[in-house]
Amino acid sequence: MQEIAQPGMEPVATTFFFYFLSGITLVSGVFVITRKSPVHSALALILGLLAQAGLYLMLYAPFVAGVQIILYAGGIMVLFLFVIMLVNLERSQKEEQFNKQWLIGLLAAIALGALFVLVYVKGKSLFPYRIAQPIENSNTQQIGVMLYGQYMFAFEIASLLLLVAIIGAVVMAKKRI
Amino acid sequence: MAPIGTIHYLVTAAALFILGVIGVLTRRNVVIILMSIELILNAVNLNLVAFSRIWGLHGQVFAIFVITDAAAEAAVGLGILIAFFRNKETVNVDEVDLLKW
Repeated sequence: MQEIAQPGMEPVATTFFFYFLSGITLVSGVFVITRKSPVHSALALILGLLAQAGLYLMLYAPFVAGVQIILYAGGIMVLFLFVIMLVNLERSQKEEQFNKQWLIGLLAAIALGALFVLVYVKGKSLFPYRIAQPIENSNTQQIGVMLYGQYMFAFEIASLLLLVAIIGAVVMAKKRI
Repeated sequence: MAPIGTIHYLVTAAALFILGVIGVLTRRNVVIILMSIELILNAVNLNLVAFSRIWGLHGQVFAIFVITDAAAEAAVGLGILIAFFRNKETVNVDEVDLLKW
């Protein structure tokens, strides 16, 4: 695998960091789906999101890593925690946690996993090893150029979507409309 | 060990996706189902950014849009949860059966 090595920017201990960060991500994912208390699940998800930001940094995507930390772990998960606090979930923690069709759901997910394994084993030749990464220290500039140039329409639609989501969330959470 | 290639990130993203799907299909608590949906979106993001290392920056721009979309969807989903909880005092999806005949 040919890495484009810039002088002074050699990646260090890539294997260890990859297994460490992806291990944290997957273990926190397991904690999200199995904990009884939603606050524990939310905290595990925050840890998983931060580890995933580390994975983005390893993939030479510093802007997406920054957006992940600020928006996802610092915005969306804080919103989740606020709503968990508003909605008093003490009573639901004593009830049954998994629904009646958990076995069928688990089997369906395992079938999907088998499909993924099949695709990745059969199609291994489709993922080339060439790395065509842009120069690291202008990643944000290049994303900005693409966002305001080629993806301008999607950018405006995304802002409209956020406006609609804000109005919808405020209207739905009000006591009297 | 083999050098870390794209396939490693894709397998991690696939495992995260499976965990999110299990969470959506087996849990009763609505908040945890919404958090499992966020897991699924994160797995997709990891896939996109892993491929953007080979094919250019389009994957990262798409990942930013997915994060924006996840924020909007989480806000609306939690608004629905609050509105429902105010009426019925429960957060279990089994008991969301007002339209059942």
